[in-house]
Amino acid sequence: MAEKTITIQIKRQDSRDSSSYWQTFEIPYKPNSNVISCLMDIRRNPVTKEGKQVPPVIWECNCLEEVCGACTMVINGRVRQSCSALIDTLAQPVRLQPMSKFPVVRDLAVDRSRMFENLKKVKAWMQVDGYHDLGPGAKVPETNQGIAYKLSECMTCGCCMEACPQFSLNNNFIGAAPISQARLFNMNPVGKFIAEQRLQPLMEAGGIGDCGNAQNCVEACPKSIPLTESIAEMSKQVSVQMFKNIFQKRS
Amino acid sequence: MSKQRVIVIGGGLAGLAATMKIAEQGMQVLLVSFLPVKRSHSVCAQGGINGAVNIKGEGDSPDIHFYDTVKGGDFLGHQPLCKDMCYNGPFVIHLMDRLGVTFNRTPEGNLDFRRFGGTLHHRTAFAGATTGQQLLYALDEQVRRLEVEGIVEKMEWHEYLGAILNDEGRCVGAVIHNLRSGEIVSERGDAVVLATGGPGLVYGRSTNSAVCTGTATTSAYLQGAKYGNGEFIQIHPSAIPGHDKLRLMSESARGEGGRVWVPRKPGDNRPPKQIPDNERYYFLEERYPLFGNLVPRDVGSREIYDVCINGGLGVGGENKVYLDLTHHSREHLNRRLGGILEIYEKFTGVDPRENPMEIFPAVHYSMGGIWTDYERTEEGLINHESPRNQSTSLTGLYAAGEADYQYHGANRLGANSLLSCIYTGLMMGPGVVNYVKNVDQAAEDIPSSVFEKAVQEKKERFDQIKAMKGKENPYALHHELGELMIANVLIVRENDKLEKTLDVINEYEERWNNVECVDTQVWTNPVPSYINQLYNMIQLSKIITKGAMLRNEFRGAHYKPEFDLNQPKDFKPETYLEYYEQKQNGKVNEDSFTPEHMEYMKRFEANNDKWLKSSIAQFKNGQPDITYEEVDTSLVTPRPRKYD
Repeated sequence: MAEKTITIQIKRQDSRDSSSYWQTFEIPYKPNSNVISCLMDIRRNPVTKEGKQVPPVIWECNCLEEVCGACTMVINGRVRQSCSALIDTLAQPVRLQPMSKFPVVRDLAVDRSRMFENLKKVKAWMQVDGYHDLGPGAKVPETNQGIAYKLSECMTCGCCMEACPQFSLNNNFIGAAPISQARLFNMNPVGKFIAEQRLQPLMEAGGIGDCGNAQNCVEACPKSIPLTESIAEMSKQVSVQMFKNIFQKRS
Repeated sequence: MSKQRVIVIGGGLAGLAATMKIAEQGMQVLLVSFLPVKRSHSVCAQGGINGAVNIKGEGDSPDIHFYDTVKGGDFLGHQPLCKDMCYNGPFVIHLMDRLGVTFNRTPEGNLDFRRFGGTLHHRTAFAGATTGQQLLYALDEQVRRLEVEGIVEKMEWHEYLGAILNDEGRCVGAVIHNLRSGEIVSERGDAVVLATGGPGLVYGRSTNSAVCTGTATTSAYLQGAKYGNGEFIQIHPSAIPGHDKLRLMSESARGEGGRVWVPRKPGDNRPPKQIPDNERYYFLEERYPLFGNLVPRDVGSREIYDVCINGGLGVGGENKVYLDLTHHSREHLNRRLGGILEIYEKFTGVDPRENPMEIFPAVHYSMGGIWTDYERTEEGLINHESPRNQSTSLTGLYAAGEADYQYHGANRLGANSLLSCIYTGLMMGPGVVNYVKNVDQAAEDIPSSVFEKAVQEKKERFDQIKAMKGKENPYALHHELGELMIANVLIVRENDKLEKTLDVINEYEERWNNVECVDTQVWTNPVPSYINQLYNMIQLSKIITKGAMLRNEFRGAHYKPEFDLNQPKDFKPETYLEYYEQKQNGKVNEDSFTPEHMEYMKRFEANNDKWLKSSIAQFKNGQPDITYEEVDTSLVTPRPRKYD
């Protein structure tokens, strides 16, 4: 009987501007494999199914337990974290592609700096007076903590952007994740002191108005963050703020 | 003097905390990271962060935290540092709360605390079971804010290759490798802070992330810096077995009541839920009635090893034990442990709320690391203004977080690592700035030839690596190194095996010369870096193995059965304190102790005289040269450890 194998097809690209091509690898089956453990096996013996020696595949990863957000890729057509993509649950050949909404760096690695820049726009941080001892923070009800904790699990992985029909390589839509982060800080008892400053960029071009309500983001989020709830909540805050702005201008 | 700045290498908790504290004092910071800092390994910490806030009214205090910490470390920790860290625990937790960390709360809205190993108090603040991730994000956000304010500059996707030393041997900058363009450049800095984490990848598979190679600290060692306590590697009792990674199953699972057991009958293959309670061996609870499942990690790992390897009681005849949470409600488990239970379910396909988890110990943390200095006060705390704090033996080169060596002794307590990372980063800030302000020449004014020379050396090194056309795949050689270390330098250490291991590692060093640089493209090619890191991992594995071979004692995570002092079962640590007091008073009444206890206490003392010392490795003639240094144990008398 032939030895059980895993077949993986990988969309490769040598540099930012070069064109892409596919390669197929066949490796021995191991139980409980995931996409990254297979990429590691390929790296130890980077030979295609046709027997051609090639450079090892480039991909991003770090924690391998779905908390760092690094290893996002499109697997069998679906965007997800590759460390938690178990081979036994995937149809073969397993097809790996880089995300399409971010510029490819090389092979499966993409440049997601746009996401981090967008976190600057919404001031996704606490405006504290200093890092010295100023005593305890504010008290927080358990229920609020539950909501905030869920929002704070966002890994900036990019799944919500990849799945979003409005977010593209060539536009400036901010995307679901930073909108949800603005919600997180606006619900903090101290964070809300600068709530208006977080709403401003969401009113501008590329802001929350560009959301097409496709709701793909919440489906794609590996942490099940209630992104559509966040968008609804921030739309409400933005509307109220717009009225306030008009009112303030008149007076 | 020209404008000065500090370079921080690494963007985990320690690096970000150092960046914030240094920048807060108006000093420019260049933050260099292998990957976007938000993806650093600190995200993997799960259970929580220790600080004696005493929310539960149990009479907890920083002094008790301090005692638990040095006892947990089998008295090898430097006590003024441990004390200062524990005294700052409540402050660090309150600061993180102010920075927006979504810590779990009590009904009154206070921070909630849970239990962790090695203590009897509720001292661990937590945000679900992803506390490290939440803490890292809060610091990442602050650094992003400082970046917008213009005081911090970030260089992500850049790798530190080495310190640049001027003619007097003072560190004046760093050689940096752009991981995308492949360029090697110099950056000037009046001080350089290494906050580059631990070396789990020396063992191939561990609970560590893919970047935890220890290569930055090893490069400092290769440049002449001292490396301390390398042999003290923490093996975490509970990890999910896997062939790419041994994923951590947090100690908080036990802190929340998780019970460890195996079937009493070897080869009992019934599904776990069909095994009645009286046929289950809750070995930690039986062997350690006082601490039970929350014994410190070194103890827990040894007992699991003993039950599986010596007792043959592993689940299904394999090296696995049950970690059981099924007696709690789903709702309770999801609220307090959601993150880690999801990980278990995702990677094994089994719901841990319904079925006991199957776990086994794994390499987790390095208590050892680059040697660093400190300045104590008379009360046994730390003078936070001192430029000596966290300074390595190379002037101007500092280290913090898991990269340093002196806080956790021979065994780290759970939830003390997040504290030590944030604490060291913050604590060192004022001293680093004081150091920088007092150097006689700014890095900016140092002749460029110093920097060009350092860059040239690294360029030549990388050119050589890229030209390597041998027969070995570097990834496969690394795999072998890891399996060798797991087989021989893990929980139980034996001198004959360690000696052979050292020989094999030296062979690996030879074989390294015969690797093939399997990718020669310039753009975004990680292979040359990796080959360089592999070289450093080989060097680091020698520090660990040789240190383990030479240390002929049993202390904390370093277990050598041959040198076990065999504490009598009925011995109490208080007995030793009585003896010690009599001795201090000038006369020991030997008749007041049983002969067995007396003999044990003498063995204990003789062993401490010889081995209660930090081991210091220095790179000489291509090998680690190991010497021993005194440890400051002036605040709490070292005594026999006991947890039952």
